[in-house]
Amino acid sequence: MLVYLTRRLTSLILSLAAASLVIFLVVEVAPGDPASYMLGINAQPDTVAALRAELGLDVPRWQRYLSWVTGMLSGDFGTSYTYRTPVSGMIADRLWVSLPLALYALTLSTLIALPAGIIAASRRGRAADVGVMAATQLGVAVPNFWFAMLLVLLFAIRLQIMPSGGFPGWEDPVQAMKALTLPAIALALPQAAILARVLRSSLIDALGEDYIRTARAKGLTRGQALWRHGLRNALIPVLTIIGLQFSFLLAGAIIIEQVFYLPGLGRLIFQSISQRDLIVVESVVMLLVFAVILVNFMTDLAYAIVDPRLRRRA
Amino acid sequence: MNRTLILGAALSLLFLGGALLSFVWTPYDTEAMVIAQRLKPPSAAHLLGTDHFGRDILSLIMAGARTSIAVALVAVGIGMGFGVPLGLMAAARHGGLVDELISRANDLVFAFPSLVIAILITAIFGPGAVNAIIAIGIFNIPVFARLSRGAALSLWSRDFILAARTAGKSKARISGEHILPNILNLLIVQGTIQFSLGILAEAGLSYVGLGAQPPVPSWGRMLADAQTMVALAPHVALMPGLAIVFMVLGLNLMGDGLRDALDPKLKVLRT
Repeated sequence: MLVYLTRRLTSLILSLAAASLVIFLVVEVAPGDPASYMLGINAQPDTVAALRAELGLDVPRWQRYLSWVTGMLSGDFGTSYTYRTPVSGMIADRLWVSLPLALYALTLSTLIALPAGIIAASRRGRAADVGVMAATQLGVAVPNFWFAMLLVLLFAIRLQIMPSGGFPGWEDPVQAMKALTLPAIALALPQAAILARVLRSSLIDALGEDYIRTARAKGLTRGQALWRHGLRNALIPVLTIIGLQFSFLLAGAIIIEQVFYLPGLGRLIFQSISQRDLIVVESVVMLLVFAVILVNFMTDLAYAIVDPRLRRRA
Repeated sequence: MNRTLILGAALSLLFLGGALLSFVWTPYDTEAMVIAQRLKPPSAAHLLGTDHFGRDILSLIMAGARTSIAVALVAVGIGMGFGVPLGLMAAARHGGLVDELISRANDLVFAFPSLVIAILITAIFGPGAVNAIIAIGIFNIPVFARLSRGAALSLWSRDFILAARTAGKSKARISGEHILPNILNLLIVQGTIQFSLGILAEAGLSYVGLGAQPPVPSWGRMLADAQTMVALAPHVALMPGLAIVFMVLGLNLMGDGLRDALDPKLKVLRT
């Protein structure tokens, strides 16, 4: 186990290093100098040069890469070109929207997917299964931003029971939750559809295993066997997907945040890209990639703890 | 033939036909603005109604299908074109340095938030259909690489491959002549799924203004334009959205149907 852990940790660190290099290169080769972008087309060359020096853009690329990476290791994500404030502070502010939104959406999608997947698997081939599967087909086909527009049309414009956009802040938790409800529903729908499909097929696989037959032979009903033995084993792949969906939701809300004018991480990236605030883009993308890699790492670890056979592979 | 496949193929062909037809004929000119006819609900003259410039929505959806299909199709082509050879190469050199490098690179690309990177690429290198294709295509590469590596690995231990190796064929030739034809089913099924994901991604990118630029019609931009008018004329937002849903639904059903028809045991990656 220790050997496995060391190997996985080394690969985790290497992945992070490679990811940081890729992000830095993609953003750096981008056309558009931040300094000239900020000063406009009529700026004098010496003004641009002065601003470049102030932003630290005049030092060689490799030096900037090193100081960015070493800074992040000590929790310093750099200073925004546009707002002249620490990027870590900007990220923290936005996380107060993105994190609750991601958790909200994930909770909704799990609450929808679990019963749907269980019903479909236990009534395999019957009307309920066909109905759930048809609904999931529709769920993965609906673009979430379009679904969001329909939700706004119905609940904000026609019925006027939900806000159509914006975020009032957490001073008033009820209003804040209301503001996040429609975005969370829009995000949760396709996720729930995917989750329900994974759970269904994983449950069907589990129900075909020998231990289910043994449980049935001991006198358990189909339902009891499903609850006590099938579900527990079927949940492992489901947990993996939930983990991945969480990291996806942190960044994947980017378009939904545009629809609802929510000040989350996605909008921060979007604005920073259009303002050529490269250091913000680099740091936020790095953070998101870190989240995904970490989730993968922990999932692998969880698998290895559960199933010793996996430790020799990978 | 199963019903899923027929329904899926029929829906997909409907859109493909509409897109092809739009090259030579649309009910109305997609660039003709008739302000007197703006925001008209569906009627006999305009089957799906008109938009805020009085343009015929059916005509725009037909022409928009062209953009969606072209972007998604080329993006799948990029994914297969690079991903399949990489995956076959990794499988042929299983356990070696090449395999390790390709597999690690795959994991790395998978870790990136694809939508964010696509937005980054299109925002930095300029919005437009070509950059949208590249942005979507890059993320198709690891999907096909991982899929073909996994499928090829299970074939390399089979007897007919052993026979080919004994006959003196090189690893590259075996990959091309024996492995590839045997994983083609899987690639086609995965291709339809990536195609449908590409349609969704293109719609998302053009919705935030980073996909195809005017005057090239696109479903995502139609939705973005409709957003402010959704209260006045819901059909303007409804129709392009339904077009996306039915197109994606058709492709997904076709993929599922193909999988069942070709080999029910095929394992497809769905993310």
